[in-house]
Amino acid sequence: MTEPVIEATDVVKFLGHGAGRVEALRGVSLSLGCGQLTLLMGPSGSGKTTLLSVLGCILTPTQGTVLVRGRSTADARSGDLAKLRRDHIGFVFQSYHLFPTLTAMDNVRLALDVRGVRSGTAIAKAKEVLVTVGLSHKENAFPRELSGGEQQRVAIARAIVGDASVILADEPTGALDSENGHAIMTILSNIAKDPSRGVLVVTHDPRIVPFADRIIHIEDGRILDEVAVGAAMN
Amino acid sequence: MSLILRLASRNLFQDRLRFIATVVGIVFSIVLVTVQMGLFLSFERMVTTMIDHASADLWIVPLGTKCFEDPSLLDAHDRTYALSVKGVTDAVPVVIGFTEWAVPSGGTTPIFIIGSSTSTEGLHPWNVVQGKLDALSTPHAVAIDQTYFARLGITRIGQSTEIREQSAQVMAITNGIRSFTTTPYVFTALDRAQAYIGTSPNRVSYILVHVSPEADIASVRNLLLANLARVEVLTPDEFRTRSRAFWLLGTGAGAALFAGALLGVIVGTVIVAQTLYSSTKDHLDEFATLRAIGSSGVYIHKVIICQALLSAVIGFFLAACIGLIIVEVTAETALPIVMTPLLTLGLFLLTVLMCVASAVAAIVQVMRIDLSRVFRQ
Repeated sequence: MTEPVIEATDVVKFLGHGAGRVEALRGVSLSLGCGQLTLLMGPSGSGKTTLLSVLGCILTPTQGTVLVRGRSTADARSGDLAKLRRDHIGFVFQSYHLFPTLTAMDNVRLALDVRGVRSGTAIAKAKEVLVTVGLSHKENAFPRELSGGEQQRVAIARAIVGDASVILADEPTGALDSENGHAIMTILSNIAKDPSRGVLVVTHDPRIVPFADRIIHIEDGRILDEVAVGAAMN
Repeated sequence: MSLILRLASRNLFQDRLRFIATVVGIVFSIVLVTVQMGLFLSFERMVTTMIDHASADLWIVPLGTKCFEDPSLLDAHDRTYALSVKGVTDAVPVVIGFTEWAVPSGGTTPIFIIGSSTSTEGLHPWNVVQGKLDALSTPHAVAIDQTYFARLGITRIGQSTEIREQSAQVMAITNGIRSFTTTPYVFTALDRAQAYIGTSPNRVSYILVHVSPEADIASVRNLLLANLARVEVLTPDEFRTRSRAFWLLGTGAGAALFAGALLGVIVGTVIVAQTLYSSTKDHLDEFATLRAIGSSGVYIHKVIICQALLSAVIGFFLAACIGLIIVEVTAETALPIVMTPLLTLGLFLLTVLMCVASAVAAIVQVMRIDLSRVFRQ
């Protein structure tokens, strides 16, 4: 694996307050590098989404450190965390989270707009990634006019258009049938073949295991094991 | 169109009913402020209309005079002293006061007499539409405004009546000289005004001082003050300010108009804030997504403020159209609503300010979003 884009060490995360306070992560350490697709698997409530939030600079750890391209997220202000997300991280959500009032093209351009990339450059780049995800013919369609699989492809295009170093995908196939799920995972695994990018997919869908280069199992906020793809297939 | 503007406009127009509610709120608020401020401006102009139309570099007024309509009187001999001051080219006495007009068909009505020497530049009627100003030098001649024909029971020029049981004949008719007190102004010569009011011939209300162009007005004023007792010497601007202060602040009329305007602003702000807040609440997932994909706080502020500004522009345009109609409809009434370019600009800035201030609650709400909601289904 290349130099890690995100590196977590002994991460502890408490969620909630008072009697409802829960230790969602209990000393998690892992690193994500470029050129590979990592699956983070575990049962509901195991801490997958919390770990994804911490790695994606949406939450900061209660204890331990998370480094994104060598920059610690500890004590970072919300503006600094937003900049880390903007510069290095792309998200794909199970519910797509596209803007219903914008076309596919504008949804993708939005990720560039927040980075200050506008006008002709933004349109050219957005078209290019829509070609990559196979949706060049639907660039003017609104989300309501797209199937679930197509919406997820727009979401992937939005995640990669800003040249993020790592794509964090939360159950990207969770709302899709097997055919569309397969298509989405094919796109994500192709992205992960790019030596400048890594992909982390949170899932409990065993059908996508064949796409993984590496699988991490998490339970009760702890990493149980980490296996390379060959071992997983066996 | 920038993406921020596109996103803002589509967020705004997506729920048409809410958008209409927002615009109605803005329109209601701005029309209310327009009416109140338009009345204020109109009132401000009307209370100084006589001072504006008098020919004077300085006004000699009784000590403690609060406004043009003040009934205090001066000694007419003060005019002689004034004329002896170096730099004074003329001193024109003016008499004002309330009296009774006998309506030809029966009964009486109160009027406000303004008397000034007809042979010099003083305070004479303007906008004369029938008859001539010179006619006021003929015996018993008076000038009235055609607005008050019905009130005074007059139908034509030349008609005779009585003022305080003394003969009066309408020899000139003006247009648009209205009184904010609704009591009709009646112009006449100085001596007849004194008789109509019942004032001694050696008492006058004001003395309008004309100063030579070479003389320094401040120096002339000091000399007048040194020579005259129990008087004040005011520039027209100072007299205007004093009259406005009395009528607008002293009587509480201005405060009432401002209170109405403030109420309009508060109502507008609350309505816009409420609708923007609920619109933002409906789009929380989108704002959370925007933040998750790395947008800065400023970017999100721009989207929300853009929504507020769009509402402001559309609301202001409609309110301005309604305002113009109101101005047109009230133009011929006793207290017309006045719109000036400065007031229009001020109202636009107020609308923008109101809408941007209304966006604060929505911005605070978005900045407090739990970003992890993007991972929930």
